[in-house]
Amino acid sequence: MEFRESVLANGLEVVAECNPQAHSTALGFFVKTGARDEQPDLAGVSHFLEHMVFKGTARRTADDVNREFDEMGAHYNAFTSEEKTVYYAAVLPEYQDRALELLADIMRPALREQDFNTERQVILEEIQMYQDQPPFGADDRCKAAHFAGHPLGHSVLGTLESVGRLPVAAMREYFERRYSPANIALVAAGRVDFDALVLLAQQHCGDWRRLEAPRRVDPAPLHTGFECMRKEGVTQQYGLQIASGPSATDADRFAAKLLATVVGDDSGSRLFWSLVDPGLAEHASLGHYDYLGTGMYLTYLSCAPDQAASNLQRILDVYREVEARGVSEQELAQAKNKINSRVVLSSERPRGRLFNLGANWTNRREYRSIKDDLDAVDAVTVAQIAAVLAKYPLSQATTVTIGSAESVPAPT
Amino acid sequence: MSDPILSHTFAEGVVLVGEPMEGVESAAFTVRVPAGTAYEPVDRGGLSSLTCELALRGAGPRDSRQFVTELDNLGVERDATVSDAHTSFSGATLARNLFPALAIYADVLRRPRLPADQLEAARSVTLQEVSSVEDDPAQKVMLELRHRHFPEPWGRPSQGRRASLEAIDLDQVRAHFQRRYQPSGTIIGIAGRFDWKALVDHVGRLCDGWKGQPHEEPPERASGRQSEHLAQDSNQTQIGIAYVSVPYRDPDYFQAWGSVGVLSGGMSSRLFTEVREKRGLCYSVYAVHQSLRDRGSVLCYAGTSSERAQETLDVTLKELSRLADGIEAEELDRLKARIKSALVMQQESSSARSAAIARDWYYLGRVRTLDEVSALVDALSRDSINAFLTRHPPGRFTIVTLGPQPLEVPVGVS
Repeated sequence: MEFRESVLANGLEVVAECNPQAHSTALGFFVKTGARDEQPDLAGVSHFLEHMVFKGTARRTADDVNREFDEMGAHYNAFTSEEKTVYYAAVLPEYQDRALELLADIMRPALREQDFNTERQVILEEIQMYQDQPPFGADDRCKAAHFAGHPLGHSVLGTLESVGRLPVAAMREYFERRYSPANIALVAAGRVDFDALVLLAQQHCGDWRRLEAPRRVDPAPLHTGFECMRKEGVTQQYGLQIASGPSATDADRFAAKLLATVVGDDSGSRLFWSLVDPGLAEHASLGHYDYLGTGMYLTYLSCAPDQAASNLQRILDVYREVEARGVSEQELAQAKNKINSRVVLSSERPRGRLFNLGANWTNRREYRSIKDDLDAVDAVTVAQIAAVLAKYPLSQATTVTIGSAESVPAPT
Repeated sequence: MSDPILSHTFAEGVVLVGEPMEGVESAAFTVRVPAGTAYEPVDRGGLSSLTCELALRGAGPRDSRQFVTELDNLGVERDATVSDAHTSFSGATLARNLFPALAIYADVLRRPRLPADQLEAARSVTLQEVSSVEDDPAQKVMLELRHRHFPEPWGRPSQGRRASLEAIDLDQVRAHFQRRYQPSGTIIGIAGRFDWKALVDHVGRLCDGWKGQPHEEPPERASGRQSEHLAQDSNQTQIGIAYVSVPYRDPDYFQAWGSVGVLSGGMSSRLFTEVREKRGLCYSVYAVHQSLRDRGSVLCYAGTSSERAQETLDVTLKELSRLADGIEAEELDRLKARIKSALVMQQESSSARSAAIARDWYYLGRVRTLDEVSALVDALSRDSINAFLTRHPPGRFTIVTLGPQPLEVPVGVS
């Protein structure tokens, strides 16, 4: 595997991990924009824009876009998060040029008003779909409460109201600023012809106009709280909990991921043995998510409503216990074995490598090979985990529960 | 050239199928045991699921905690699922850990502890799975659709039902295990990096002395195909539609599969274009071909806000019926491109291949190589698919809806 990089005159960066043995080629445009870059009256515009990107360009209709991706047999999609919007396609290597031309073209969408109004209906359906799927609502509420005023507390989807009243002109203006070539990386993995890729990127993206696309990346102040949302007709009770954690540029993030695996992985973790194995909860897990400037630990619980209070207490007890005594060497070794296996398995597909490569590049302008990641995981010590716990205690968190329970008392 | 398929049948009937793959560091396994929902007594829905849950709580020399710890230390990414005909245990890990992982699963199949003191915890886990379906209407409507569409004992929900799960006792779990976790009818699919000869020796030792009764297919009872509206206070109405098609083992299967690919699969497909792109009626709409051993059906889903549900049902049914008028050459070209690239990309995943070869063996009694599948796809033509659609036009729909209001089914459609 060979890493290559290049940059166009307008600031668009092109990076690739070339693997001549791969069966396929994965390409993606990683746009450094998302919910954190939205003003409150534009809530949901990044995600809505992601849909609109597939609705046609100056020379293609929406039908053309869908049809041409399908003609290549591409596996393609897009997603929007708090700080990234990613468009990607995995194709057979002979389609590299065609896939790049199509992806590059849709990155300059027409944003036609009629398409905008039709697609608005799809987004409103998407929001209503999630509203029927608890714990939807509690996740946005928990983020908003934890990040209180910080842009990372913004909702990715927006609301029925904010999406319902968004004017097309506001989306066009947002697009103009945020989809500046200097704010985008073209990322490729698998069997990639890098020289051809750069040549074509120059041809299809070289005339994109460069604008400044600044972003606030202040650290988030620490907030704690407890809130109970009542929702009729929900069968299970759900709990979401956010605590602060290391950011995407913090070397402690590897220790944080190992800690989350020891404490809250789906199997064999402390939460698993304390809540899931005994049948007290359907699901109880802890994950670490990193962003620029800040990071978070997210706890997720689903259980019968009458067990929510005791389960939240158990979770808090597990967190206090690990804060007081740390993790054991055996637990750490087990977590390393799990993560190393996952890294290797998820890297077998170029699609899997693409997301890893794109995240490393957009967060830190850094290339990390599979071995770099495996080595970083192996190097973490029990003492480092204790230090991360001291800096970012799991027990200081914002909690929101949602379900049919009248009220759920906060753990003590 | 795709990778070769190897197979070996052991005494008492266990079948091992293997596909060594170039260029991967992993190995994956899928073990199908003939203990699916179709074998459950009619008032014991969920018995297979509860048995599976308990079988994973300690086996051979390991108690529950040692069992999980050993698999975690081997880095086995794993899953266990119950389907109509089987309970399946699957996993993927670094190639060097394949043999010890298989040894642990041999204990699950042959020497599970089925510990009495964990029955209530296991029951609670399965009951919570039933509850979580209640909170996921899109999943619930498709589960209720399958149950009403397929003739008993097929199409039952793998989770079981609350009342039957509450009634199951430990003796029933043990009896189900004794009768159904049998070597005859068990299929082990392995794909990835491994040495075939060593694998056959290893699995042979693990199966040595495993005795059981011959495998029998369950008899069919009721007729299926019952439409129904299920009332639920929700924002959206969920729509599930099913119609009868041919099963995987049928010579016409690829014609049927191709016709469903024109309906759904890729964003230029008919359902996505007509229901979502042109009309903005919903976020999610799809159709899939689903096969049992002797029966196949097409299952469609659409979820939409209740005031637009009638239009969504009408448009979807119209698209299903219009399929009988035939497909276009360009639609077939796109379909072939999609299938071809999917076949190539399967070679990048040992998990996908191990599942595929175990499934093939169950349906066909042999495994098709990727080259063979590729040739079958090449042989599809517009005429061959249209001739199939003339013989098997979509119709006689089973329709299950879930939401605040029932919908009207157009006359002559159902």
